[in-house]
This record gives sequence, C-alpha cells and structure tokens, in this order.
Amino acid sequence: MPGNYIITREDWSLHRKGEIDRQRHQEKVKEAVKKNLAEIVSEESIILSDGHKIIKIPVRSLEEPHFQFDHGKKQHAGQGEGDSSVGDVLGKDYKKQAAKGPGKGAGDEPGIDYYEAEITIDELAQMIFEDLGLPNLEPKKKPELSSESVEFKDIRKMGIQGNIDRKRTILENIKRRALDGKKGVSNIKREDLRYKAWEPTYKYESSAVVLAMMDTSGSMGPFEKYIARSFFFWMVRFLRTKYQNVKINFLSHHVIASETTEEEFFTVGASGGTRCSSVYELALKVIQKRYNPEDYNIYAFHFSDGDNLSSDNEKCVRLVQDLLKYCNLVGYGEIEGPYYFASTLKSAFRKIEDSNFITVSIKDKSGVYPALKKFFSPVPEKINV
Amino acid sequence: MLSEKYILEKSLDQITQIARDFGLDFFNMHFEICPADILYTFGAYGMPARFSHWSFGKAYHKMKTQYDYNLNRLYEMVINSDPCYAFLLEGNSIVQNKMVMAHVLAHCDFFKNNIHFQNTNRKMIESMSVSAQRIRDYEFSYGKDRVESFLDSVICLQEHIDFYSHIGKEKSSMLKSDPVSSTNKVKKAEAPYNDLWQMGEKEQKTGSGEEEKNQESPENTEKDVLCFIMEYGRDLENWQRDIISIIREEMFYFWPQMQTKIMNEGWATYWHSRIMRELDLDEDESLEFAKLHASVIQHSKTTINPYHLGLKLLEDIENRWDEPSEEEKVKYGRAGSEGRDKIFEVRELDNDVSFLRNYLSKNFIEQEDLYLYRKIGQEWKVVEKNWQNIRDGLVANIINGGFPYIIVEDGDFEKRGELYLKHVFEGNELDIYYLERTLPHVYKLWGRPAHLETVLDNKRVLFSYNGDKVSKKFC
Repeated sequence: MPGNYIITREDWSLHRKGEIDRQRHQEKVKEAVKKNLAEIVSEESIILSDGHKIIKIPVRSLEEPHFQFDHGKKQHAGQGEGDSSVGDVLGKDYKKQAAKGPGKGAGDEPGIDYYEAEITIDELAQMIFEDLGLPNLEPKKKPELSSESVEFKDIRKMGIQGNIDRKRTILENIKRRALDGKKGVSNIKREDLRYKAWEPTYKYESSAVVLAMMDTSGSMGPFEKYIARSFFFWMVRFLRTKYQNVKINFLSHHVIASETTEEEFFTVGASGGTRCSSVYELALKVIQKRYNPEDYNIYAFHFSDGDNLSSDNEKCVRLVQDLLKYCNLVGYGEIEGPYYFASTLKSAFRKIEDSNFITVSIKDKSGVYPALKKFFSPVPEKINV
Repeated sequence: MLSEKYILEKSLDQITQIARDFGLDFFNMHFEICPADILYTFGAYGMPARFSHWSFGKAYHKMKTQYDYNLNRLYEMVINSDPCYAFLLEGNSIVQNKMVMAHVLAHCDFFKNNIHFQNTNRKMIESMSVSAQRIRDYEFSYGKDRVESFLDSVICLQEHIDFYSHIGKEKSSMLKSDPVSSTNKVKKAEAPYNDLWQMGEKEQKTGSGEEEKNQESPENTEKDVLCFIMEYGRDLENWQRDIISIIREEMFYFWPQMQTKIMNEGWATYWHSRIMRELDLDEDESLEFAKLHASVIQHSKTTINPYHLGLKLLEDIENRWDEPSEEEKVKYGRAGSEGRDKIFEVRELDNDVSFLRNYLSKNFIEQEDLYLYRKIGQEWKVVEKNWQNIRDGLVANIINGGFPYIIVEDGDFEKRGELYLKHVFEGNELDIYYLERTLPHVYKLWGRPAHLETVLDNKRVLFSYNGDKVSKKFC
C-alpha cells in the first residue's frame, strides 16, 4: 500500500544557516587568536617550522564547558576480538611536554575535545603585522633598483601589424556584420582591426639588510637565544612584507665578534666575558664593505643580557651613534633572564636620543610580541614618499 | 534525476510493504534528498530548523571537514516528527538508499512506539523554527552579542533538566512546547519569583530558613537546574527566561533520543538487515550491502558501537525467547518461539539503561568480549572482565545521559541569595578544569555567586565562583 510517503528534492542552494554560523565561529577563533598573540608569537611550533605549514593553536576560550566527568579517571567500556583479558594495554598516552606557562596538562588526554584553530603562518603574520609599521623612515634614498618593463594593457584602433589582437578584431567584425543583419565572420575591413597597446611600467625594488647581533657569552642560555630567535623570525618576516629582498647577517660576539651562519648563531654557545663594542665595530665594518646605505635599508638589532664590561659602555654608546648614521633602525633588546640585575649597558644607552634607536627588554616568551610592537610602532608617519 | 527518484519510489513501495508485513508501525514518511552541506548542517544542529549559535557552526565545520576529507559519511538523518522527516544524502548509491530507507523506517517505528517518546513534541520542527525566530528578534532588540553570550551560558547547563519530572506530578505542561505555552511560562515565572521575596520575610520572622525553603522550591524542580534558574533567578529579564525555556524544551525533546541511542540504532540495524534480505539484490548489490552493513556494525576496542551492541543484544534476546533453556521454561514459564514478540515488547518499554540492565547476560558479555578499561599511569588498561561489573559499568556510563547528576541544594545559600549546586557523587569525579569554567556561567545566569559541591579523593569539596575567581575548599 504505497502512498504513505513522499520523496522530494527541494532547492537548497539558498540555505546558508550552517555556513553563517560557521563564519561566526571562525570570527570568534580569529578574535581569540588575536587576543593571545603574545602567547602565540613565540610558540616553538611556529618559530622552528619551515614557515610554510599550517599551525595549530589551541583556542581555549572557544570551549563549551559543561559539568562533566573526568575522562582520565573514569572507567570506559570497549569490545575485544574475543581474547581480551585483564591487564591488556589498549593504548598509551604520552603526555606532550606541555609548554611552560599556565595551561592544563589534561588537555592532552584523548577524548577531551578542545578546539584547535588551524591557521597558516601567513594568516598569523597578517594579524601580527596589522599593528606594525616601519617607523621614522627618512624619505628613502632613490630606490636602488628600478626596472622598466612593458605591459600590454590597452586596445587601440591603430598600431603595429605584429600587435593585432585577433580575437577582438574578429569580434568587431561579427558585431559590424550583425548590425547589417549578417551572420559569421568574413570580409575583415580596416575599421575592424584592433591592436594591443603597451604601457611602460616601473618596478621598484628595494632591499633590506638585517644585522642580527647577539651576545653569546656564558650568561646567554638557551632561553635567551630562543627569545632572540623568535624575535628575528618575526622581524625578518615582517621586513619581507615591506621589501622585495631581505638579507640577514648573523654576528655573534663575546669579547670578540665574528660573523656566523644562522645555525651557529642560534646553537653554538660560547663562554667568557662580554664586550659589546666588538660587535658594533664588526657591524660598521660589514656595512662599509658590503652594504651601501644608499642602496640598502639597514636594520641592526642586538640582543644581550646587558652584562657588559663597564669600561666598554662608553665606546658602545659612541659606536651605536655611528651605526645610527647608516641604519634605518637600531635596536637593542635586553633579555632579563631569571638572574636579573640592573644592567649597565641599557642605562648607558639612555644617553642616546634618536628616534631611530629603540631599546626593549624582554622578560619571557610573551614579551616578544610587545617588543616587536615597540620596535615597529608606526609612530605618526612623517610625510614621506 | 527523475529516473533516480523513480527508482527510489519503486523500491520504497517494496520496502514499506515489507516493513509493514514485519509489523513495523511508522508515521507517514517524508524523504528529502539533499546535498551534503545541508545534511551536515542538519546533523550539526540536530534538527532542520534551530536557533543560530556559533557552537553549531563549529560542529558543522568539523563534520563537513571530515566529510570533505572522506573520513566519515552521514547517509541519512531522521527526525522524530509526525509526519516523519528523513533526509537522504544526495549521491547515495541505490543500495545505500535502500538500506538507509529501511533503517529510517525502523527508527520511525521506534519513535512512534517507544514509551519514552510518548511525550515528545511531534511538531518540534515547527516549534523550533518559531523559537529560532524569537531568538532572532531578541538579537534585534537586545543586541547580538548579549544574546549570544547569554546562549553560551545556558548551553553550558542545558543537560541539567529533569526529564522524569512529569511522573506523578502535574508537570506535563512543560513538555508541550508551542510558543504560547512557553510565553505563559515566562509569565508564570514571575509568581515564584515574587514568592521568593515573601519567603525572605517569612524567614526573618521564623528564623528557620532551611526547611521553609525546601517547601518553597519544590523537590521535583531540584534536579532541573535550568528550571530553577529560570523561575528563581532574580536578575533575569523576560527574554532571558524565554531563552532558558527554549533550550530546556529542546533538551526535553532530545533527551529520549540520547537515552535510547543503543536500542534505537540496534533496532534500525536489526530491521534494515532483515528488510534487505527480502529484497531481490543482484550479486554486486549484495556485496555492496554486506560491506556497508559491516562498516556500520564494526566494533571498537575503545568505545561501544551502539549499532553493534544494540543489534547483537536484540538478536540475543530474540534467540533466548525463541529457544529458552529448560530452566527458563520452568522458572519463567517461557514457551519458546516468542522471540519476535519479545523484541517488539522491548522496543516499546525499555530505554538503554533498562535494556542493558535487564538483558545483558553472562553468556552475551563473554561472547561479545566486552570489558571495562581505565587509565593506569600512562596506559589505558583492561581492568574488568567480570560480567556483572561490566554490565553495571556500562549502565553507570549512560545513566542520566552520561552527564553528572547535579541538583540545586539551596537557592539562598547562607542567606545571601547565592546558588548552591550539589553533584550527587556516584563514584566518578568531575573534570575540574571544566568545572572551573562552567561555574562562571552559572554565576552569569544566577546573577550571584555560585557554588558546586562535589567529591575529590573521597573528600567533599566546595567550588565557588564569586564573579572574580573560582575558589575551592574542603568541607
């Protein structure tokens, strides 16, 4: 007895409910990520990644909490293949080494569903860089490399035979004939002809150089280096959004300075005392030899724990002032490790009054983001072209 | 497309006929073929029309992503309604659709005949779209953010209702959820709210608070935390009470589905396989069906597959009543060959809790190799093979829908109008991380400090949130 049912197929193309709420959720994820930028900026998974992958950020604020049982302390039921017995191990739970800071270890347990926002580093960078800008730029010296090229952008009735735009010519022919009530293409006349026309375009290419300087004396431990590394990671990425070409030079120093590879820069530890002037001298040398300030935008940044030889401080101040003549920005970052003491170097730098010289101090991982913000704060821009 | 519909209609004629011959009794059916994003939307919201909230968007995103990556597939979705709506995924093969339609008919039979569904609103789709519209209107009147954040809080507490509150009480009006009655309720809520003020006066006179209060907040509302807050919350506006009542009614509607998951899926699986056997399938179709059926009932080491357990247990019951042992014949007077009748009786009277408690047997548990496991150190280990303990463990995990049993102990704690909730401890500790994040939502709804008493390491603990931070003290 058929008839007590119907089968239908409606047009659902305008039903967007799920999509709309999904977008609201995505918005909330973005808000949450933004609120936590300070924590996220120095996540190991980002800094140590190749820079292309999608990263996962746990978004705690988007959990939907309920009163619920503790999954890890509860008995669960399962079903075997017929041969299970007491003591069988069904799985192991290697707790991930939870990142330091306030967090909850149990979030790593299976079954606890916390939301991980998937986000590409580019998206994240966009959020971070939203508030950053290049401050206090002098009207830039002539762009060091401007290449001229041509681009076909326009269609004209006159032109060189070689540049005939066949498609448009035929279209014109069809149109003209259609006006006379005829079909098809034939009898192409002069008035049908269309030519591609070009315009010259200028591409400005600009380059930036980052002089990454770091104290590798005994007191700079893995934590201090990690902070410096996160900072340089974002700094370079940020400069890449502003310049076509960003070069980084790694200069490390204890009592004497030397140029190193990136890997050595972040891994090799040295010992001994600290003489910061050595690295500033080296930086000046590198600039003079390789990077003409006429051609390059130079960013010099130095990380140290501030424990400098006090006799050296005067010289440092003088050299930094020299550096400022060549650089767009000179930064000094002081990492206040667990053994914080009143730094002599930072106080010595107080003398320097130049808006292109910026000092920041970083206490922990979450200090990297504010430091970036301070370093690249778009101070009311001078009118520059 | 027309030909597909034609084929479906032809096979549906056959399938409904077979189902009726088997004795299944279902509502009139409305099958709708819809594209994946629509089916997954319904899946995420639980219904075709429901209010908007980002959490549904989150669920939708998750399900849709899994579908896009081919990790899971929802073949159908069926709504407890009269007429019964069933949504089929566009692109299901003919065999898939045949199986799904047979499956759906059995679900519908279950909805129609299981006693736990007798009070559910069969016009819930309409009710839900009306309440969705009301919530939308509130967004216009009171601001999207305010409504959203209020919904956030109510959703956190949504499972704390008392489904059995109607038993023995004149409470069944709560189960009807047409908009008229719920607006009435909002009005009614004013009265008990005023009572609370009088109650305070009385207390001052008599000086004995505790007993008086229990009279004022009737016992049967204690388990219903949402109802208690809706009726006695001091600072709630009418639109907020209405939202609580909407969510509460939706929970009443979903509750029997949560409580019969194993039975309902077992029943549908049992019947789709019986009905498919009656159809003329060619070799390829049979193979496709066999694969599909096998994937549906695949069991797992770490969870209970309701399709599998439900199906096997129903079959076991059928066997035991078809061919009772000598002992059963003598002791219980089972005549034999009563299997089919028996499972129809089970589908009418039981829910998962009684189903498992009454019918799980030693033989069955051993044959199915069920066990209990827990975390010891860093390993998840099997800890229980005793059949009675396994049965009890299975039942314990689904009592109260698997949610902690929480009651309102006091709505005027320490005479400061604070809300004192109590977790009725039955051996399983609460997740503290989530507890500390849920309490602030209780505070937001109640408008005053909120407390929850529970047990940790065999000690009674009171968690409190005062609007600023969560504190914990042993009591």
